[in-house]
Formats: sequence, structure tokens, C-alpha cells
Amino acid sequence: MDSSFSIKAQLMDEGDLSRTLDRMARQIIELVESEAGASTAYGLIGMQTRGVFVARRLRERIKRFVDIDIPVGVLDATMYRDDFRIRLRQPEIQATDIPFDVTERHLVLVDDVLYTGRTIRAALDALMDIGRPASVNCLVVVDRGLQELPIKADIVGRVVPTIPGEEVRVRLSETDDVEGVWLVERVGQASNR
Amino acid sequence: MNEVKTESAAVMNDGHPEEKVLEDSPTPPALKHRHLLGLATYDREEIELILTTARQFREVLYRKIRRVPTLRGVTVVNLFFESSTRTRISFELAEKRLSADTINFSSAGSSVSKGESLKDTAQNIEAMKVDVAVIRHSSAGAAHFLTECVDAVVLNAGDGAHEHPTQALLDALTISDVFDRTDGLNVSILGDVTHSRVARSNIHALRKLGANVTLCGPPTLMPRGIEEMGVRVTSRLDEALEGCDVAMALRIQLERQGVPFFPSLREYNQLFGIKMEHMRRYPDLRIMHPGPVNRGVELDSEVVDHERAVILDQVTNGVAVRMAALYLLAGPREDESQSAD
Repeated sequence: MDSSFSIKAQLMDEGDLSRTLDRMARQIIELVESEAGASTAYGLIGMQTRGVFVARRLRERIKRFVDIDIPVGVLDATMYRDDFRIRLRQPEIQATDIPFDVTERHLVLVDDVLYTGRTIRAALDALMDIGRPASVNCLVVVDRGLQELPIKADIVGRVVPTIPGEEVRVRLSETDDVEGVWLVERVGQASNR
Repeated sequence: MNEVKTESAAVMNDGHPEEKVLEDSPTPPALKHRHLLGLATYDREEIELILTTARQFREVLYRKIRRVPTLRGVTVVNLFFESSTRTRISFELAEKRLSADTINFSSAGSSVSKGESLKDTAQNIEAMKVDVAVIRHSSAGAAHFLTECVDAVVLNAGDGAHEHPTQALLDALTISDVFDRTDGLNVSILGDVTHSRVARSNIHALRKLGANVTLCGPPTLMPRGIEEMGVRVTSRLDEALEGCDVAMALRIQLERQGVPFFPSLREYNQLFGIKMEHMRRYPDLRIMHPGPVNRGVELDSEVVDHERAVILDQVTNGVAVRMAALYLLAGPREDESQSAD
């Protein structure tokens, strides 16, 4: 926690990010249209915090491209984390608000960065407690590798192989005032993740 | 966060505040206390952290599977040296919803003298290696005493006429959800303030949250000098209800009074009980009660069932608030340096 970071490279600027979201939105549309007719219910589940904004942006794009409205739910998987009592401070619990029944629905779980896979594991457990989805696909803006669990994303914005000590920062104008994706590296002593 | 700027920042487009990129995720807010013994020493920030967290846990109570694995592997002992139904059940439910392992110990009516029994029990808990102890005791300071004998995190579920922090927290959550704020609200606490730990904890919480508190009850049940806690005191019900947003009726605790402090329950009801006429006269007044209600004494039966009575919301919020307190307190053990109490 007391280490700091320096920027190594900018991976995407505003335009790159926008094109990537366009492409991912089309991949979701493909997924929806490959299913048996338009009657199949879909839902986007945005992971707190930035996954929520990504999910909302995807919804807007899908609506614009094909006039299909896929509802967005918000999920916070903190209660399902596997590092309770390992971290020095309790992670803050944010809202979970899924305004539709997930049972029998095809879900796309949306997050900004895929790293260890532990957050996705927690999210899957949380979803199973909320209902019984027909299927769950995973979408991330950046897959930075170094997964510690057998979890893979189905729709990926960009694959960026990283090494320990590096981090990927997705910044969205809704919450950060800046827009883009950066690779940063830790300077100073390592802290516990 | 202290950022170190290097030449690699040159890749940034000009005008981009690079701090926004370098900024690590903010340090999550935390309680400054290791135990929850009372709200006298908790500050507004801590109280609001518990309320915010409770709102998120409350959502779990409406899920298909009303249980989260958050406190898996954490052992909680519920020590009830004084009879209690609601608080005990609420704590037990909160623990189960969080997947904690729970043990219950109740010794209401035990013939062992109180002090000895508590110390013996404490030593037993220490030997059983539990992580959290929830204690209800008829003596003020019992929870604090327990922190001195055990390593576990202690949550006070009511100690004598001292404090009942989780009750005040659930009341604060209920009020803040009804009005979407607490600052500037007028809350009247009615009844037996002298014997009420609920009143004491509520005064601490409400004052810190910016509400104005009025106490109203028979002078024989009003502790002398209570005004020093920053509250208004009156013995006239109408004075307490005029301009009041929430009336919190306290239970007349017959079991706690050796001698009667007022002539009869009927007279108490006539002078201090809330009736339908009050509900009509004050059309925005909300009614709260920590339960169990003596119908026809503190509140008339129709008032208990009135749509502006939020007594059952209080019960639901009780589970959520206790889940939040357990979550925030039962966590990290390595860093003990920040502990207070």
C-alpha cells in the first residue's frame, strides 16, 4: 500500500478504447443472434466499479447498432472474496443491484481487467446464489495474464501479457476524468495485493 | 498516495492528469475501534460506515439464497447472561447469513453470582479460541470487562442500563432510510430513559448524526443531568411530538424496576402513550419502538399497526446492521496497532 507507481506505457487512448468497445459490443450481438431467436433473454452484469461503466457503454452501443436493449445489473463480489482476514483492511462493500431475474438468462459478466481470476470466481459464486443463469460469458477490456485459477475471458478487448510488479489501469471518464488504458509498474517496495 | 514521476510519463497526452492513472485504488474506510462496546466513543464516520455497509448486506436478505460466505471459518460465541429473544435471534441470524460458526451460551437465571460467572465464562471462551464474542449482560460494563479477559473481538448486545449499540445503529439506519438524511431531524425518545440503554446509545448516535433529540417521560424515569448529553427534556407528550419527525417509544421495563415509578400502566398510557389522535394530529410523524411493544401502554394497538410505524423495518435493519458490524470488526487480525477501546 505504501508503494507507488510509474507509467510504463499507454496501451489505449480514448479512440482505441472506443473502437474496442464497438468491437466487443458486436461480439455480444453475435452471441445473442446465434442463440435460438431473439426471444432468449440476455443480461449484462457489470462488476463494481469500472465494469459497471463498461457494461453501460456496451448496452448503449448494442442499442445503437441493432436496437436490442440488454439490461444491465451491478454486482459487487466482495462478500465472496477468498482473502477475508488476509488483507490488512476490510474491502469496502459496494452495491449489488440486479433489476432482473438471472435464472434461465444468458449473462455476460463485464469487468475492466482480468488478472488472477479470483474476482471472476467470486462473481460466479455470487451469481449462483442470486439465481441459476442459463449461461455466463466473461468479457474484459484487458486480459493481463497471470491467472491463478482456470478462468478465461470469452470476449477480450486486448491481451497484454504482464509481469509481476506491473499493473493495468483502465480509466473511464465516468469516474476518473481521464480516459484510456495504461500499463504502470511499481516503484519502491512491493505491497500485498 | 505519493506518486513518483518518471520520464516514462511522456507517453501521456498533454493535459491528462497523470495522477489519475497512477492513483492506486483508495484505501477502504475502516473502523477505528477493535470492539463495539458502545457508541459514546464512535465518531460519525464510523457510524456512517456501519450504516453504508449494512445497506449492502441488507440486499442479501432479499436474495434467493440468503447467505454469503464472507465470515467462513470465523467462530462467534453468543453470551446471553440476560434473557433476550429479538436481539439474540437477530445476532444469530446475522452470523448465519455470513456463514460464521456460532455457539450459544445463555445462563439467564443461573445461581452463580454474576461477576464470577462472567470471568469463568471468559476463561472458557479464551480456551475455546473463538474469534468474536457477542455479550448481553445485566451489569453495565460487562462487555468492557470481557475485552480485558479475552483476545476475541467483543460486540455489546446490551449491558445493564449502559449501552445497546446495535439497537441504536439499526434505529439510525431506519431513520436515515425513511428521510434520506439525519441532519436536522427531530427525534423524540419517549418513556423510561433511566433504565434504558437503548435511549443512551440512541442519544450518542443521533447527536453525532446531527439530529435533535428530545426526551420525554415521567420525571421519575428521567435521569438527572441528562441535558448535558445535548438533549431537550420535557414531561409533556405534546411538547415532544410538536414538530417531531420520529417518535421512538421505549418499552416500559417492568422487570427492571424494583418499585413502580408511576402509579399505573393505565396512567402511563394516558400521559405518555401514543394514540391514534396523535397520528391524526401529526400527519408526518413516524413511530419507532425497539420491541417488544406493550400494546396499549407505550403505543396503542392501532398505532403499532399504522403505516407510519416502521417497527418491522427496524427488525429487518437489525439483521443487516449486525452483519455489517460483524464484517467490519471480525476482519484483519495482523494489524492490531490501530485498536482502541
